[in-house]
Amino acid sequence: MLDFPRWKIWLVTLAILSGIVAALPSMLPEATRNQLPGWLKDTHINLGLDLSGGSHLLLEADTADVRKQQIDRMEETIRTEMRRATPRIDISDISTANGELSFMPRNATQLDQAVELARQQTNGIGIAGARDWTVSVRDSTRIIMRPTEEGVKFEIDSALETARNVVAKRIDPEGTKEVTVVRQGADRILVQVPGLQDPEGLKRLLGKTAKLEFKLVDGSASPDDVAAGRAPAGSQVLPMLEGGKIAVKRRVMVSGDELTDARQAFDPQSGNAVVSIRFNSQGGRKFGRVTSENVGKPFAIILDNVVISAPNINEPILGGSAQVSGNFTVDSANELAISLRSGKLPVALKVIEESSVSAELGKDSIEKGILAGVLATLALVAYMILTYFRFGVYTTLALLLNGVLVLGLMGLFNATLTLPGIAGFVLTIGAAVDANVLINERIREEIRRGRQTLQAVEFGYKEASTAIFDANITNVISAIILFWFGSGPIKGFAVVLALGIATSVFTGVTFTRLLVSQYLQRNRPKTLVL
Amino acid sequence: MRPIKLVPDQTSIAFLSYRWWALALSIVLLTASIALVAVRGLNWGIDFVGGQSIRVTFDQPVDMGALRGRLERMDVGDVVLQQMSDPKVVSIRIPLEGEATNPIGKCMGTGGASGGPADQSNKIASKVRGELTKAYPGVDIGAVNSVSGKVGCELFSTGSIALTLAMLGISLFIWFRFEWQFGVGALVTLFHDVVLTFGFFALTRLTFDLNVIAAILTIIGYSLNDTIVIYDRIRENLRKYRKMEIQPLLDLSVNETLSRTVTTSLSLVITLGILLLVGPDTIFGFTASMLLGIVIGTFSSFYISAPVLIWLNVTPDSFVQPESGRPGAERVRETFPDQR
Repeated sequence: MLDFPRWKIWLVTLAILSGIVAALPSMLPEATRNQLPGWLKDTHINLGLDLSGGSHLLLEADTADVRKQQIDRMEETIRTEMRRATPRIDISDISTANGELSFMPRNATQLDQAVELARQQTNGIGIAGARDWTVSVRDSTRIIMRPTEEGVKFEIDSALETARNVVAKRIDPEGTKEVTVVRQGADRILVQVPGLQDPEGLKRLLGKTAKLEFKLVDGSASPDDVAAGRAPAGSQVLPMLEGGKIAVKRRVMVSGDELTDARQAFDPQSGNAVVSIRFNSQGGRKFGRVTSENVGKPFAIILDNVVISAPNINEPILGGSAQVSGNFTVDSANELAISLRSGKLPVALKVIEESSVSAELGKDSIEKGILAGVLATLALVAYMILTYFRFGVYTTLALLLNGVLVLGLMGLFNATLTLPGIAGFVLTIGAAVDANVLINERIREEIRRGRQTLQAVEFGYKEASTAIFDANITNVISAIILFWFGSGPIKGFAVVLALGIATSVFTGVTFTRLLVSQYLQRNRPKTLVL
Repeated sequence: MRPIKLVPDQTSIAFLSYRWWALALSIVLLTASIALVAVRGLNWGIDFVGGQSIRVTFDQPVDMGALRGRLERMDVGDVVLQQMSDPKVVSIRIPLEGEATNPIGKCMGTGGASGGPADQSNKIASKVRGELTKAYPGVDIGAVNSVSGKVGCELFSTGSIALTLAMLGISLFIWFRFEWQFGVGALVTLFHDVVLTFGFFALTRLTFDLNVIAAILTIIGYSLNDTIVIYDRIRENLRKYRKMEIQPLLDLSVNETLSRTVTTSLSLVITLGILLLVGPDTIFGFTASMLLGIVIGTFSSFYISAPVLIWLNVTPDSFVQPESGRPGAERVRETFPDQR
């Protein structure tokens, strides 16, 4: 157990050296760091908003858009419900002007039935008994539906809540960047991202609603009508990305809501950057059915109401996945993939303020924190050395190395360090101390039982390792589960915990064992002072 | 000079004979904690329940330290200050006045939209406004906006699922590595420690923010570590001393690991104590809860994790392994260690 083959020594040394190299950029001031070669420059820890500030964007939601969407959606619902009613209610003269939805049944005798059906489409809000729409009859022929104040408020509120989640997912898909996304007032979202991120990239990500739709191209429309913006019944005219207009069916084949994944990829034939998407089972079935029925016809891929491409359906697409092509660069395809994965924004957002912000914690707090951290480390080192002498020195070296390695690994992952992250770090220091205490106490115990020096050390490491192993595996299990299922700060904590456990086992067990074995081989001590 | 040994080499303290007293204490503390959380509730921080944001423009770049000190002395709760790229502009976030609504109740209550941040309670805002105009003549105080919490309802749903799954996963692993009684013991211990920590926050009214969530996760990790170290020794002794009664065996295991428990706990207490005394006020709640967690964790590994094994009737037979050959095989190996 105490024999260390040469290759193992080299491996340990190599791991330590690479850890130090990876940790180095995080310890340098930013100006010095920027002079490092590229790969090393990017290997560094970001400090969270609480410790170092970052970029700040204030976004405003287009509430008029929410109102319009609310009415448009009701129009869709009314059309479908009236068609499905038994007996079917034919409606005409449907209009969404003036912030209301109005329509009339063709057959005046069906008015009461239509009003009743329209009422059924409204919902109660809150406990006060308010409803989201009012339904009334004008001139005893025309049904008017108008959203109530409460209804509009509720709609805006849920749109902003969804938007907030989408924004958070877009700027921080892995959930490890420790961003702040909070709602401010009734219609604004405040975004703060730690570090000096590229604000243009942020704005590009948030500027798209990323509403993706697949619709069939309406081939029956005459080119003149399309150019004039007139579409046949059941179709609409949309602009194309490369210029010009095209008529597509109103009915959506599949939409971005039905996808499970989107990734940047390359088209095998042309080599161009594309976004490859995968539908959920329902979306995949729909896509398969529509493409089987329309082989040879073109369909339109529509992003935010612009047709980005309109390829022909060469064969039924049954696999449940598709490729979105349309003049992308690798970066723009990647941005679109992220946007699609995070879902579409329910409302367009406009940047109304852009700034940098200072850290949330005061400079004096951070300085006090650093001072306290240094003092605490010194006290811990003193205690370890006074308790275990030479072995305490080894423990100290292991702890310091552990700190460096965690920094290095976090740097490699570009992780963000915040106060909660530091808590995870404290726990791993605790685990590292405990591993060494367990080993050292066990060695003392074995010496008391009358074992020889070598044997005592060997048994100390061996018997202590089962406890260390079990304890650390449990913490790894919880770290993995917390990372997988948790969100926000819980995730950040889990990352630091998992990294710290790996390094603390390495430094606390392997590294100190190497030091001890070197000492025992060189000095061959008869007794151990411990 | 000799190394420090706080615990004598051989101790035989009959820890487990006080287990009923300890159990009574635990039950009292658990009940008190649950009652406190239910009646008084937690002092939810701005991270969870949101608050108000005030944009302040000074006539010259302002000393943030002084401003921060002035606002903290006003006793309006935890204030978050951020300086914008224009150094004259400062954004101030203050908590809502009085009893903030319980975010968990809000999340589970209405469903759908969360109601958004309410534009109410301008009392604190006007207090801050008064103080600032007095201290900095020529200051321009912008509109007061409500801000939502940093975490949505998602954190509560995903967070509690994650925590439950983590606790179950851990218990399953311990069951696999030890015996089912040990898995149950670890689960009960974790539950005990988490409830007591919540009780501590309800009692002290320390702000319950995101940092505290991290502290609680840390406490869980530490308590688990402590429990496993003792369980490991119990497993070893169960294999070694097949004929020993369970209670003296548990006492022996606790005593044998006592020196380790004291050294590890003490080193963490020293570290956290210094952070508590010297460190900034902002991490006070965070450090205090971790310090308390060490105490609870140590107590519970002695008096919850171990006695549970008696109550669940663990015997040396729990570790009889058919393939391990004749009884006492481990003991033989102990006496004649193979030397490589």
